Amino acid sequence: MTVQHAAAPTGLAATERVELLRTMILIRAFEEAILRDYHADKKPAWDIGAGLIPGEMHLSAGQEPVAAGICAHLTAEDAVTATHRPHHLAIAHGMDLNRLAAEIYGRETGLGRGRGGHMHLFDPDTHFSCSGIIAEGYPPALGQAFAFQRRGTDRIAVAVTGEGAANQGAFHESLNLAALWKLPVVFVVEDNDWAISVPRASSTSVPSNADRAAGYGIPGARVEGNDVEAIHAAAGDAVARARAGEGPSLLEVHTLRLWGHFEGDAQGYRPELAEVPERDPIPAYEQALTAEGVLTAGRADQFRAEAGQRVGAALEFAKSSPTPSPEEALRYVFTEGAPR
Amino acid sequence: MSITAENPAAAGAPAPSSVPVEPEAGTRRLNTAKALQEAIASQMEANPEVFVMGEDVGVYGGIFSSTTGLLDKFGPQRVIDTPISETAFIGLGIGAAVEGMRPIVELMFVDFFGVCMDQIYNHMAKIHFESGGNVKVPMVLMTATGGGYSDGAQHSQSLWGTFAHLPGMKVVVPSTPYDAKGLMTAAILSDDPVVYMFHKGVMGLPWMAKNKRSIGAVPEQDYVVPIGKAKVAREGTDVSIVTLSLSVHHSLDVAEKLAGEGISVEVLDLRSVVPLDREAIAATAAKTGRVIVVDEDYQSFGLSGEIAATLAENPSSRGAAFSRVCVPDVPIPYARDLEYAVLPTPARIEAAVRAAVAG
Ligand SMILES: Cc1ncc(C[n+]2csc(CCOP(=O)(O)OP(=O)(O)O)c2C)c(N)n1
Repeated sequence: MTVQHAAAPTGLAATERVELLRTMILIRAFEEAILRDYHADKKPAWDIGAGLIPGEMHLSAGQEPVAAGICAHLTAEDAVTATHRPHHLAIAHGMDLNRLAAEIYGRETGLGRGRGGHMHLFDPDTHFSCSGIIAEGYPPALGQAFAFQRRGTDRIAVAVTGEGAANQGAFHESLNLAALWKLPVVFVVEDNDWAISVPRASSTSVPSNADRAAGYGIPGARVEGNDVEAIHAAAGDAVARARAGEGPSLLEVHTLRLWGHFEGDAQGYRPELAEVPERDPIPAYEQALTAEGVLTAGRADQFRAEAGQRVGAALEFAKSSPTPSPEEALRYVFTEGAPR
Repeated sequence: MSITAENPAAAGAPAPSSVPVEPEAGTRRLNTAKALQEAIASQMEANPEVFVMGEDVGVYGGIFSSTTGLLDKFGPQRVIDTPISETAFIGLGIGAAVEGMRPIVELMFVDFFGVCMDQIYNHMAKIHFESGGNVKVPMVLMTATGGGYSDGAQHSQSLWGTFAHLPGMKVVVPSTPYDAKGLMTAAILSDDPVVYMFHKGVMGLPWMAKNKRSIGAVPEQDYVVPIGKAKVAREGTDVSIVTLSLSVHHSLDVAEKLAGEGISVEVLDLRSVVPLDREAIAATAAKTGRVIVVDEDYQSFGLSGEIAATLAENPSSRGAAFSRVCVPDVPIPYARDLEYAVLPTPARIEAAVRAAVAG
């Protein structure tokens, strides 16, 4: 049942193609801004707990095509569950940038009022959630899909993990249960080759996780090349199938972790590091669209300027928002007294 | 680990330690991570059945440097990177231990125990009992604990109470480099399953604010710190702080500060939760008449309640004044001000000591 999707003409309209680029540019602009602030005040003696943004920071640079290609098929009514590396999916799925940024900066105006942090984003407006525990975002996605199915809607859930997570029990249990109950889920594996320092070849018994779909009797597809349009096409099939009530599918995308596993990761374990920047998917797509005459001169710069403005405003909102009051540290364990 | 004013020694030169059992000044000083690696390396050299397994323990050397250098020394047959499949590889460790190997298996953060708990508490912990003592599981499950650097609710817990509550595992929680080495050696040599929990804030990592006591004197030769024996980290007469892990350092800082005001604080470092040195707890309580438990685990149904029960059950300590400084029953928040509002900070410990001596 495994299907290989190569880069191929996809029948996308020019406006849709340009929109994919624009989404990717916005995501990158957001993360570059986060990156700057994250590192700015951790020097000279790098201290992970110090600064405007303390704690671990997992950025998704290089994986924008996955988010843009898949989320283009979704509305805010559809659910997305992401991983510890959630920003690209959150933004592509339409999360409010201000509240996202404010959460990352640990502010009262953030999605979780500063309680959650960047790995724990919960947004009822876009039905978005994520988990810092590997593969554990998959099972709740089943429940969201179950609710959508029970209510007779055509809404779907998209559940994302990394390729490392596909070796976790929750991954396999979820595929089985969703297949058994024909739940409207699209399972996505972002294969960026690395689970922290462990390459896929040392962790996974099959070259392609898409092959594992066969074990559960559902379609599996692997997209090579980190190509946003090929991803868009493959996701379109899976989304249509889920919406039509035909059940789940598994989609693996071979993508790229452009930066470290987390910020501060020197990546000494990574032999191909020197050539990684050349594989950046955003300039490649921009060049392709330009060469084909789809992207007019100056348009991408315009997108960058516009993204810069939106991101700037979101960071400004975050940084000028109050930090949560320590007196309120014990709230929200239960619902009593929690305003919304 | 404290970040700011509470930890003036952050990133500075190591200050002299006030822990009395350590070797003389002038001896070699290591951070806790190095001390741990040394214990593992030495036991691996001594016994070919000892091996290390876990996520990123190889080339990366362990996310918290618990295994740095071991791959170079022992090769990938004995320092083994695993898939992210904790149920499978922790279970594999159990099976290998049952066959007489001596695995040291790392669960990267203790917070991840949920995905593999069945292997831990129904298998690793129960096989010896269920077999009527006929099958041993000489395995070390090593894991990182603790917060203080905004890693959020899924990466900052201490949770030793959870493991201690379930019978069958020894639960070891060192605070100093010296103890880290001696307790790891003891753990590897133990025929029981040992959950070895190191707090990130005591490891002396280059990328975290360091408490001055995360670097200390460590003998080069092998030695064992017995599991189940608490240590009086500082003698005192007015009030006893019973604690473990990073909170020992905070408590010693507070004790040093208050000594200047004539308040004499005794600090008892438990060093292990199972077995719990109940005699030492009762003895310090009998000595000072006032006990404060400082625990970075959640307050209810945990170590602090167990210590209260210990005091009540022991005739010599019954009636000692009791209070506790723990994480209240709330997940660890991300934002720093919130996180430091719930952690057992030196400020909270100091307030508890003042209240105890005033009352
Ligand atoms: C259950 C569990 N085990 C281990 C970890 C630690 N951890 C965090 S990210 C990660 C690697 C994840 O790799 P992958 O799934 O490929 O995603 P990527 O980071 O490459 O996006 C690991 C081992 C965790 N968070 N949860």
